[in-house]
Amino acid sequence: MSTTMTSPKRTGSTTPDLLTAGQLPKFTGLAALVVSIAVAAGLLALLQSANVTSVVAVGALLFLLSMFILSTAVEGVRKAKDRLAKYVVTGFFLVALAPLISVIWGTIANGMARFDGVFFTWSMRNVLGEGGGAIHAIWGTLIITGIATLISVPIGLLTAIYLVEYSNNGKLGASIRFFVDVMTGIPSIVAGLFAYTIFSMIFGAGHKSGISGAVALSILMIPTVVRSTEEMLRIVPNELREASYALGVPKWRTILKVVLPTSIAGIITGVVLAIARVIGETAPLLVTASITSSMNLDPSQHPMATLPVFVYNQYMYAPGIDTAAYHARAWAGALTLILIVMGLNAIGRFIAWKFAPKAGR
Amino acid sequence: MSKRIEIKDLDIYYGKFHAVKSVNMTIEPRAVTAFIGSSGCGKSTVLRSLNRMHEVIPGAYVDGQVLLDGVDLYAPNVDPVRVRRQVGMVFQRPNPFPTMSIKENILAGVRLNNARISKSAADELVEKSLKGANLWNEVKDRLDRPGSGLSGGQQQRLCIARAIAVEPDVILMDEPCSALDPISTLAIEDLIKDLKEEYTVVIVTHNMQQAARVSDQTAFFNLKAHGQPGELIEMGPTEKIFHNPDQKATEDYITGRFG
Amino acid sequence: MSATDIPEASTDPRSDSHSLERSAKRFGDTFFRGLSTGSGVLILLILAAVAAFLVGLAIPALLADPETFQFSRGQSFWKYVAPYAFGTMWSAILAMIMAVPVAVGIALYLTHYAPKRISSTFGYIIDLLAAVPSVVFGLWGIAVLAPAMRPLFLWLNEHFSWIPLFAGQVSGTGRTIFTASVVLAVMILPIITAISREVFLQTPKLHEEASLALGATRWEMIRQAVIPFGMPGIISACMLGLGRALGETMAVAMVLSGSGIISFKLLTSQNPNTIAANIAQSFPEAHDIGRNQLIATGLVLFIITLAVNMTARWIINRRKEFSGAN
Repeated sequence: MSTTMTSPKRTGSTTPDLLTAGQLPKFTGLAALVVSIAVAAGLLALLQSANVTSVVAVGALLFLLSMFILSTAVEGVRKAKDRLAKYVVTGFFLVALAPLISVIWGTIANGMARFDGVFFTWSMRNVLGEGGGAIHAIWGTLIITGIATLISVPIGLLTAIYLVEYSNNGKLGASIRFFVDVMTGIPSIVAGLFAYTIFSMIFGAGHKSGISGAVALSILMIPTVVRSTEEMLRIVPNELREASYALGVPKWRTILKVVLPTSIAGIITGVVLAIARVIGETAPLLVTASITSSMNLDPSQHPMATLPVFVYNQYMYAPGIDTAAYHARAWAGALTLILIVMGLNAIGRFIAWKFAPKAGR
Repeated sequence: MSKRIEIKDLDIYYGKFHAVKSVNMTIEPRAVTAFIGSSGCGKSTVLRSLNRMHEVIPGAYVDGQVLLDGVDLYAPNVDPVRVRRQVGMVFQRPNPFPTMSIKENILAGVRLNNARISKSAADELVEKSLKGANLWNEVKDRLDRPGSGLSGGQQQRLCIARAIAVEPDVILMDEPCSALDPISTLAIEDLIKDLKEEYTVVIVTHNMQQAARVSDQTAFFNLKAHGQPGELIEMGPTEKIFHNPDQKATEDYITGRFG
Repeated sequence: MSATDIPEASTDPRSDSHSLERSAKRFGDTFFRGLSTGSGVLILLILAAVAAFLVGLAIPALLADPETFQFSRGQSFWKYVAPYAFGTMWSAILAMIMAVPVAVGIALYLTHYAPKRISSTFGYIIDLLAAVPSVVFGLWGIAVLAPAMRPLFLWLNEHFSWIPLFAGQVSGTGRTIFTASVVLAVMILPIITAISREVFLQTPKLHEEASLALGATRWEMIRQAVIPFGMPGIISACMLGLGRALGETMAVAMVLSGSGIISFKLLTSQNPNTIAANIAQSFPEAHDIGRNQLIATGLVLFIITLAVNMTARWIINRRKEFSGAN
């Protein structure tokens, strides 16, 4: 560390130049970081408690401290604080990357073992211990999410149209907007309880079915669809609506043939991201569609397995023997789920990017 | 095709705000009528009331009559959508539909109303409208390209072609050249002179030379004072308004003493 | 296209172009307007129904004789729910303490420090965290994070056990409320980052430049212009994150081995549970009045999150009015 002290230089000692001040050379930061990590590693090795986490943590602290002292000495305390803020803020970003990388790496590493043909062709019917798969849960997820989408998209789309095109900033529009916001905050388990209670009242206590799960997911999905669609409709320029009205086109045709086509890419992106959000929901499905080990393609009755609940069930309710086989299936399910969600996100972003309204003329 | 517009005791309001006060005027068919006046004096509002476009703004309403060849546009059973099919409009900024090609833009008025039109009739309508807007020669080879790829002046003529494709009787223009360069402006002005052979043309403009160049009649609007509703001060042949107006306010405005 | 098009399909705009009268046939506008208004009203009805059903099914648990309860027999409902409500708040607060500084820091990094070209890519990477399903976070928390946290727990316990938070016998599995809060913190990080980032981007350029022109360093500019302007936005972002942490179910249900106790100790195997996780864990075995009990706890959770979210939205909306047209 002491070597870096020699490099900063003060210009013009006899004629004070007010526009230049002491400045640390560009490589100081990097050098200090390397030195700090090395010192930390050495110190911790002496104390025999060196591992990746502790070295990084102590090294980072040393780095911040040394840079602050260095910068205070050379550049002044204001500049030193500025540097400190910059390093801390950058550090936070790197800290946030750690769990993301860990989650993705952990899922891939543990999930690959059972990410095989059997997993995608077998159900869990009559399977104990090894073997078995999640095809029943994958079908269940597709069916339930599909129904939820069919319920949510028309309601969400039409509500957004009402808010943007018809509400005229009236009281009803304001209250719908407010409660849609409130709805985004409903805990997912509460949405599940609601769907469960409604279906229990109609079909008798203890009712379990795919459709009740779809209703629960719809409650979570509708507000997302409304908000994203509303945003997209609002950026359609009013001039286009006026041009259409001036051609003698009624309002509803203007909405269907001018406003919606102009914003359709953004709307689809919003819907895809909303699907990606609910497809991984577990809690509401746990209390509505529940879990089963057999294939059930009929959403109107009997429990229906879904991928997230399958993951939960395989991991948390693994029996004492052959536990590893159950855990491996859970990880393979998690990997499948992550791939589906990331795939949907990528599709959504791609549509948004590909069909983004070209700016200006 | 061309129709006469008579405005009788027209008052226009936006909610509680009284925008325009008791306008009376007659707009002749087969002629260009220009509305001039300083900003905020209500000339655009009056223009938009001629095809009930001002109703798009929530809370807007009118009191009085606008007669199109004797039929009141504000009679209770009149459908604003049908009014707009007979009274077309061109806006300040060119606004072709971005999702449609040039051809589809022309056919928008017909297609959006779900009318059936044969392919040959459609082609004929596209050619006729584009020729009517002096745009045919420039775009005839790229009718399937997006309308937003044209230059600003071409886009504005495309919008005029789109407006005349629904075969209106009247064409309203709200500062159609204010977003265009001088050469495009000249092309639009030439077009306006041609359009009056077939249509009643009403144009709002900030540019007094433009009003003098293209119009037969000129109406001058003004505010009595800030916060007061706009009023029609004087209307007459363009020649007279520009050289020998009856009102002092008109003369002040024309000669640039205020506004 | 729907069936409503048919009556109008025959209307050629030119066939009767000289009539201005409203055609009785056209109900497309009325119909479409009604349909979209109806959808909006339907959402209000759904929300009202959610509230009504929860209340309706929760009431039996409040009125019934505690001796008939399935869970914690003999105690009143409030005694039953109190530890879970505590666990919900406690885990959410711990998560907030960890997530808020990091999230706001990331938002500052993305808006003011990261190179312009890559800041949107970095933002997208943070958004990816929000896309990971909660069950995967749960799996990660129990299988990867909990074992990894144990050395830290042992170290904290060894050196800082004089602080009550770190006292007690360290859990052998690492599945403590501390680990659960770390998972929650990771899960709410993206939402707080996203909203703060948006708010920071809206800071008027003029304020920032005025500050820089007075000779402020970047950090001083952030403290003078960006943070004060963004404060209400940061607060509501935190409230929304808090709302999500309170309602998160699966991650906690999987990571935490909790029970109905009140304890502030972070490292032991005696942990309070949260309302949401308790519902998920107990619902399969619940029957009759037990279900009512769980639904009643769900109602308590609903009310807590509703209050938090409504406060957040209220702050956001008030801020919108103040900032004028932007």
